[in-house]
Order: sequence, then C-alpha cells, then structure tokens
Amino acid sequence: MAFAWLPGALGDIARGALTTILLIAVTTLAGTFLSILGAAGRRNGPVLLKRAIAWYVEIIRNTPFLVQLFFIFFGLPSLGIRLDPVLAAMLAMTLNMAAYTIEIVGAGLDAVPGGQTEAALALGLRPRQVFIKIVLPQALKVIFPALTSQIVIMMLESAVVSQIAVRELTYEADMLQARTFRSFETYFVVTMVYLVLSMALRRLLVSGGRRVLGAGVS
Amino acid sequence: MIEFTFWDIVRNLLLAARWTVLLSLAAFIGGGIVGLIVLFFRIAKNKWSRRIASGYIALFQGTPLLMQLFLMFFGLPMLGLRIEPWTAAVLGLTFFASAYLAEIWRSGVAALPLGQWDAGASLGLHYLQELRLIILPQAFSITRAPTVGFLVQLIKSTALTSIIGFEELVRTSNAINNATFEPFKVYGLVALIFFVMCFPLTQYARSLEKRAAAH
Repeated sequence: MAFAWLPGALGDIARGALTTILLIAVTTLAGTFLSILGAAGRRNGPVLLKRAIAWYVEIIRNTPFLVQLFFIFFGLPSLGIRLDPVLAAMLAMTLNMAAYTIEIVGAGLDAVPGGQTEAALALGLRPRQVFIKIVLPQALKVIFPALTSQIVIMMLESAVVSQIAVRELTYEADMLQARTFRSFETYFVVTMVYLVLSMALRRLLVSGGRRVLGAGVS
Repeated sequence: MIEFTFWDIVRNLLLAARWTVLLSLAAFIGGGIVGLIVLFFRIAKNKWSRRIASGYIALFQGTPLLMQLFLMFFGLPMLGLRIEPWTAAVLGLTFFASAYLAEIWRSGVAALPLGQWDAGASLGLHYLQELRLIILPQAFSITRAPTVGFLVQLIKSTALTSIIGFEELVRTSNAINNATFEPFKVYGLVALIFFVMCFPLTQYARSLEKRAAAH
C-alpha cells in the first residue's frame, strides 16, 4: 500500500465528488417532482395514462440502470436526440429514480385517510389545493424514510455514469489509477469517499426533512 | 465491416445471456451462504460480533457496487492471487449479496415474537438447534418476498461486471454495437432480455407480498 500520490490527487477527488453531488441533487429534485406527477397520474389520470405509467415503472424496474444509460446516451442519437454526457446522465438517473419513487409516493398517497380530502373539499379548497396543501405533505411525511433510502441508492448507482465519460467521482478514480498505477489504493480511497458521502447525504436528508415536514420524520 | 443480420444479433445476445444467468445464480448461492454466516454474527449474543456484522452490512450498503468490484479486481492480485474477471465478478457480487441478504433475513428474525426463543429453550433445545429448527425456517418464510426482490436486483447488478471485463450480456452488446452501429436496436434488445428474466420474478415477489399481507 502506498499513498504518496494522495495529496496531489485531492483536488481531482474533490472535483469528482462535487460533480457526483450535483448529479444527485438534480436527480433528487427532478425525480421527486416527476414521481409526484406520476403517482398522482396513476391514481387520477385517464386510463391510457395510468397504463403508460404502469408500464414505464415495470420497464425501468426490471432492466439494469447501465443498460438504460447506454440506451439513452448511445441509442437516442439515432432518433436525432443527441445529449451531452452530463445531461444524458441526469436524464437516465431521473427516469430511473422516478420509477422507484412513483411506487413509494403512491404508497404514501394511499396512506392518507380519505377523510382528509373530504374535509378539505368541505372547507371550499379546490382539488389542486387539496392535493398540494393537504394530501401531499402528509404523504411525504409517511414515505420520507423510503425516499431517503432510494436517493442514497441512486447516489451509489451514479458511479456507473463514469462509463459515458461524465467526470464524476468514479471517472476521476479511473483517471487517477491510470496515472498512479496504484489501482487498489485509489479505488479504496474513493470508496471511502463514497461511504462518507452516503452517510452525510442520509443525515442531510433526515435533518432537512425534519425542518420542512415537521417533527416525527426519521 | 462485418455484416450482422438481426438474428445474428439476437443469437449472440442470447448466448451471452447464459453467462448473466450463471453469474446471477452463482452470486445468489454464494451470497446466501456468506449471508447466513453474516446473519449468525448479526444476531449473536456477543455485542462485538453484532457490531462487526452491522459494520460489514453498512460498508457494502453504503458504497457503490462498481467500487466493490474494482477493489476485488485490483485487490486480490495484491494478495498474490491470480484473478480473472469471472472470479472477481462472482466474489464481488457474493459479498455484495451477502450483506443485503443478511439484512433482509435479520429483519425476519427480528419480526418473530421472543416467545419463539423461549419456547425453544423450554423444550431443551440449545442455541444452534433453536436457530435451525425454529427461528430460521420462520424467518426465511416471512422474508421470501424481499429475498426474491433482491434476486431481481442482483440479476440487474450483474450488468456492472461488464465494466471489469466479464463477458456477459452487456459486454457482448457493447462489442456487437461497435460492429453494427445500431445502438438503439442492440441496447433495446438487451433491455428486453433483462426484462424477460426479471419481470416474472418481480411478479412472483409481488404475489408473495400479497399472500403475506392477506394473512
């Protein structure tokens, strides 16, 4: 084991980690938004939309993320849609995460008692207000732990986007080990960085969730 | 450029899919065996044994599988072992699976009423007999749905072994794509093959879940 290369590599590792954080931040926001729309559409939309969402969820959940990524990055250009690697990675991660979180958000929506909606409607709120102000916050509170786990899992899976040359943490590790010839040590250090990131992300999400959704979020 | 007909592509992908299936099975069986050992540590009476097992599980659940595979691939040669992609893939996925399976089964053990242990002890069974005859059969049976669900995750995870050079479905598809320049078709077919492998298992897990919820 030799770590003499490490001080000179800290800048690259930090830059890679920042890109990973950026990717997961965008994915979290876009993915959660998309899954709220998806879960609502699956419950209240027209039949065709319901069916389309159900198929989308099944297709994504039963195929590997790596294949989805390759399909989007290498496959879509033949339809005339050319994305730069970072955009392709964000799109693939968002679409992947949403398929899992649609189910999670849906379970949360089902857990809110129907009386809540009836009471809000009786108070004269419009259906959209009822959903955004009454049902959704309660649903999010219930599902917050599951949502947090899914976001952490997605952050770990994002290591794969190095394969389409997005310069995130794993990509930087690949470059470093090619330069230092210290493959094991390089990947070991970067694995530890991932471990710290995943623990920090979980903690950040829990404390952020407490602040926004109120006490009782764990 | 080599000419590939549609059927050439399908045939080559299906041949490669055999390795995906084999790797999934090997990792599931290996992961089950190692997972059982981790489970013993995780539910032992000794505090340190429980802590070590928790740490093991947290380590594998808190780092990317791709990194675990890289560490296997580059780490084992440092121990003087000659390593091929297949060995690194099986070992990497085995340890990965063991952490998840141990955690799933532990939740099953934790869900059993403590009276089950007491009843076993009052029948004069010692600890290992209790585990083998009373606790583990019930724990496995109530965690069957998440175990099948994890198998689906494991099958999908084999795709990552293409990155360390194991010739399974995804690596073969990369080679075919480089020869045919038809990524839409090739990766679409790969996705379809994975779907055909995983969807029945997903449905099975769902029906197990429903059956469990009905009780």
